[in-house]
Amino acid sequence: MREKFIEFRNVSFRYGEEQPWVLENVSFEIYKDEWVAIIGHNGSGKSTIAKLMNGLLYPQQGEIIINGIQVTAETVWDVRKQVGMVFQNPDNQFVGTTVQDDVAFGMENRGVPREEMVRRIEEVLKAVRMEDYLLTEPHRLSGGQKQRIAIASVLAIKPQVLILDEATAMLDPRGRKEIMQTVSEIQERNEISLITITHDLQEVVQAERVIVMNKGHVWDEATPREVFAKKDELREIGLDVPFVAILADELKRNNMRLSNEPLNHEELLEELWTLHSKM
Amino acid sequence: MNSMMIIGQYVPGNSLVHRLDPRMKITIIFLFVIVVFFANNLASYSILTAFAIITTFITRIPLRFILKGLTPIWFLIVFTFVLHLIVTKEGTVLVEILGFKIYSGALIQGLAISLRFFLLILITSLLTLTTTPIEITDAIEDMLHGLKKIKFPVHELALMMSISLRFIPTLLQETDKISKAQASRGVDFRTGPIKERIKAIVPLLVPLFVSAFKRAEELAMAMEARGYQGGEGRTKLRQLKIKSSDLIVLLFFLAIVVGLFLTRSY
Repeated sequence: MREKFIEFRNVSFRYGEEQPWVLENVSFEIYKDEWVAIIGHNGSGKSTIAKLMNGLLYPQQGEIIINGIQVTAETVWDVRKQVGMVFQNPDNQFVGTTVQDDVAFGMENRGVPREEMVRRIEEVLKAVRMEDYLLTEPHRLSGGQKQRIAIASVLAIKPQVLILDEATAMLDPRGRKEIMQTVSEIQERNEISLITITHDLQEVVQAERVIVMNKGHVWDEATPREVFAKKDELREIGLDVPFVAILADELKRNNMRLSNEPLNHEELLEELWTLHSKM
Repeated sequence: MNSMMIIGQYVPGNSLVHRLDPRMKITIIFLFVIVVFFANNLASYSILTAFAIITTFITRIPLRFILKGLTPIWFLIVFTFVLHLIVTKEGTVLVEILGFKIYSGALIQGLAISLRFFLLILITSLLTLTTTPIEITDAIEDMLHGLKKIKFPVHELALMMSISLRFIPTLLQETDKISKAQASRGVDFRTGPIKERIKAIVPLLVPLFVSAFKRAEELAMAMEARGYQGGEGRTKLRQLKIKSSDLIVLLFFLAIVVGLFLTRSY
């Protein structure tokens, strides 16, 4: 049994008394060093979950336990030491005037000694492959590079969990690829739980587990492969099914016996060229 | 446009003046501004002028940058000079033009006051030419440190300044984007009577303000998520250190001040 790290117990949340519930009776668990993807269409409550985990919002009902501590106004600063977060807009989370100042910001807030800061800045910039940009100003960086710096800034404070709240939504395909690659490298190297929040099914492929949100409820909790198999239902709750999954579906309908639910082009290709030898 | 964007007047370089501690630069300039008013004869003015010119020379900043910084005040210098020529009536009459008598005292005083002006502007513009805005911010934060005792928000002020500096290029890029978007919808920023052109700025400013406020809100949230709780218990990555070269420069400057007080007439 893996160690529980984040636990939502019957959490309900709304932005105001008169407003509808954004989350209603949501419960789930996230374990140590696990990669979980939370997916849902706009307004499904997925971003609210991220803000609840970081104490930027508090639930009206239910409890959120992070590493044994309940998130309340008193414990919020302890919680934030363990939960790092990267937001959607690359520009609006860049605080420093240069890359090194921005990476230092979180450490400065926590009173990390200067020598330690310099050491960690070097270390985390290497981890996101931005070590050549130490003194670069934000307006000279691409969106993808800025997001990598945002990830580095979070890693510098050594959190136990990294939340990416639609961190790739505003990037071009290249930037998106950069971020996903950086993230999977970090997941492999460090002992850190990873929560990626997205509306793009293509991005959940690498995760170990997927939580599908719909209208403030947990709609499904399964592996990416199991989720991909429910194409029609996914489409009904407003998610775009990736091309590979649609293609695989059509092939099956035409009596091609694919043994596996392919997650990406490579897997589908593998299935297809070995198909004949299996028959 | 982005690669060339330089905030303020800063001209990158690696001269002695560039490397000087920004606090030291501000202190010296502050003293210089006071001391300039004590000069009252040829020798004392010569010392100050020599100091200013040698300092300018050491910075190795191309002359055109310095002159560009001085353009707005040429008028003021010339105006002061002319005013003195007309108003002051001391010494002997030098020439008489169209009934106006120009006195020798007026000429000397006019020259002295204009020179004083020129030196003040030259030295203060050297500060912004050789120091990055962020260094100036750091220096101000450090120098105002004592004011924290009377609850003056020194840290907050410095943070505000540094965040503004960081967002200037971002907002400029945004302005550019919005003005292109509005131009593509038919807003004309460049031609037509002044009144129309001023009106055309409204569809530029409104989206800019809306997005600036949205940015501010998101930035505040991101800062909080990264553990920002105000200035208490914070450490700093950027640190200012007084080097021995800073002290030597200060001593050199003090020697000049002493020289000035020895040569000025009482």
